[in-house]
Amino acid sequence: MDLVANNLSYKPDDQYHLNEVSFNFKEGNLYTILGRTLSGKTTLLKTIAGLLTPDSGEIEFDGKNFLKIPVWERNVAMVYQQFINYPHLNVFENIAFPLKQRKIGQSIINEKVMDALNSVGLVGYEKRKIQELSGGQQQRVSLARSLVKNAKILLLDEPLVNLDYKLREQLREEFKNLFSKGLADETILIYSTTDPKETMELNGEVIVLDEGKVLQVGPAKEIFENPNSLKVAEISNDPPMNIIEAKILDNHIKFEGIDVEAPQHLSKLTEDGLKIGLRSSDIELNENGHEFEVELAEISGSETLLHLKRGNTKIIVSIEEVLNFKIHDKIKINFKINRAYAFHADGKLASSPFGGLNG
Amino acid sequence: MDKLYIFLKYFFIVVWTVFVVAPFLWALTTSFKDFQSVNGGVTYIPWVDFEPNLEGWKVLIKSPAKGGVDIIEPYFNSMFVTCTASLISIILGTLSAYALSRYTFKAGFVKNNDITFFFISQRIMPPIVLSIPFFLFLSSINLLDSLTGLIVVYIVLLMPIAVWIMVDFFNKVPREIDETALIDGCNPYQAFLKVVLPNSIPGLIVAGMFCIIFGWIDFFFAFILTFTEVQLLPVKIVALNSSVTPWWSLSASALVSVAPLIIVAFIVERYLSKGNLSGAIK
Repeated sequence: MDLVANNLSYKPDDQYHLNEVSFNFKEGNLYTILGRTLSGKTTLLKTIAGLLTPDSGEIEFDGKNFLKIPVWERNVAMVYQQFINYPHLNVFENIAFPLKQRKIGQSIINEKVMDALNSVGLVGYEKRKIQELSGGQQQRVSLARSLVKNAKILLLDEPLVNLDYKLREQLREEFKNLFSKGLADETILIYSTTDPKETMELNGEVIVLDEGKVLQVGPAKEIFENPNSLKVAEISNDPPMNIIEAKILDNHIKFEGIDVEAPQHLSKLTEDGLKIGLRSSDIELNENGHEFEVELAEISGSETLLHLKRGNTKIIVSIEEVLNFKIHDKIKINFKINRAYAFHADGKLASSPFGGLNG
Repeated sequence: MDKLYIFLKYFFIVVWTVFVVAPFLWALTTSFKDFQSVNGGVTYIPWVDFEPNLEGWKVLIKSPAKGGVDIIEPYFNSMFVTCTASLISIILGTLSAYALSRYTFKAGFVKNNDITFFFISQRIMPPIVLSIPFFLFLSSINLLDSLTGLIVVYIVLLMPIAVWIMVDFFNKVPREIDETALIDGCNPYQAFLKVVLPNSIPGLIVAGMFCIIFGWIDFFFAFILTFTEVQLLPVKIVALNSSVTPWWSLSASALVSVAPLIIVAFIVERYLSKGNLSGAIK
């Protein structure tokens, strides 16, 4: 049972929320929609759920015109980024709600709800009021409510974004387990996120969305290794990929007085306006390296993010340890230049170290 | 510092309580007085200051033939009109408010907010402006001096209050709750009845209270639109007044007329503090 969309467009104001979006989702697969805030992720999920009607385009599910079927008959499930539950019902009643709506017998309801509670680790909380639960627990209830229905399409709209770091890691792990267990065989899982790391960990098929437009589709690894444009490279890396305006002359990459030998995959590119892309993790501190000035140093977890500047070039370097730097410190860095990307002046990928295009 | 705070807190509570309760105590003692005790100087304590009697209360239930005013029928008329009009206003007002909160309406330059404002504008207008149209309207459909006519007019007066309060309330209920209900298999009516309404009980109670209060205390329209067949309590109480102001029966009737509101307020208060939507969205 495939979920197929053709040229979905939705433009409620002067901006496209969806712009000619097409896809073909197959059952048993996990699809990750990666995009920044306001890129149209939620709009796309709501359109699939039936909460929004696109201005143009078609959605078919199992060969039927999905747009003609109202939300309440579509058999989809959705988890919102806000923890949406029914405040007037307790945990058990919340999870049982979609089943009651289908007029299923009480004994089957009990069994299914207990199953769902079990799979989200909330056994013993049946009688609790929603208001008495923590954010993570509320989100588990809403996940359980979406699991209990055996929906053919499960939509998860940034389900972890409002949780604290630790809980997010833990719940993400549980999600992965859930997705890999039987559930996935007949379900289309669609998971939206702004987080590239989450995208990589979920390791599904990725749809990169920006300003309502699909920029690239492919397995997570492929998106990470061969982003087809500057935009995708920015969206699929956190911190965003460093973009350096450089010239390649006689097999050498030159910018801001720095001159490094071009790796083989970049050596043939000689055009004007070329941009070199380098991940923040592909730059390292090195005594014999090139001098940059520290503009800002932030410590995030066990990482240090250095915002560096040399002339007009600004880059971000992430270092896997906690280091103290002062603003205006001079430090020396080296580029792992064989991991550099090149983009044409129009933003399209010119060459990647993983063999995309010219490489 | 703490002691001063506690002292001030209780001081103001006591002052405010005296301010609120004193008129009721005054009315209560006065209702048991006769002409002599009322005019005989300041007296408060029954059996000590004055000899209490039930004359003031008896007048309220005696028929006019026996020199009373008989407020029993107007009392029930008032209750019937207020409750019916409030109930209908709440039902219609809640439905309109939900539509105004969730759906987009557009007719030329008229949009949702304009429609909401139209409802409220009915209350902003001075009532006297409406009196003549209402009079002519009711007389044209033969509903002057009838309970039905009063109910119709009161719905026009009370529904804006319900719409106003409920629009505001529904706007605070996250849309995602309705959407989740739809996704969970409810059609829009079921989503409203099973999910949105149960979470709007505090709003319904507030709206209901305002409707009941405004309906119950209305004198102006009850006075203009009724004559002999039907009378409401506020009009009847005014009729008590004569050349000699009967303070005792006026006090008694004042107490009787505020009693339902006080009872409603006490019942409703505990529901108001209970319900909240904090679990819906964080």
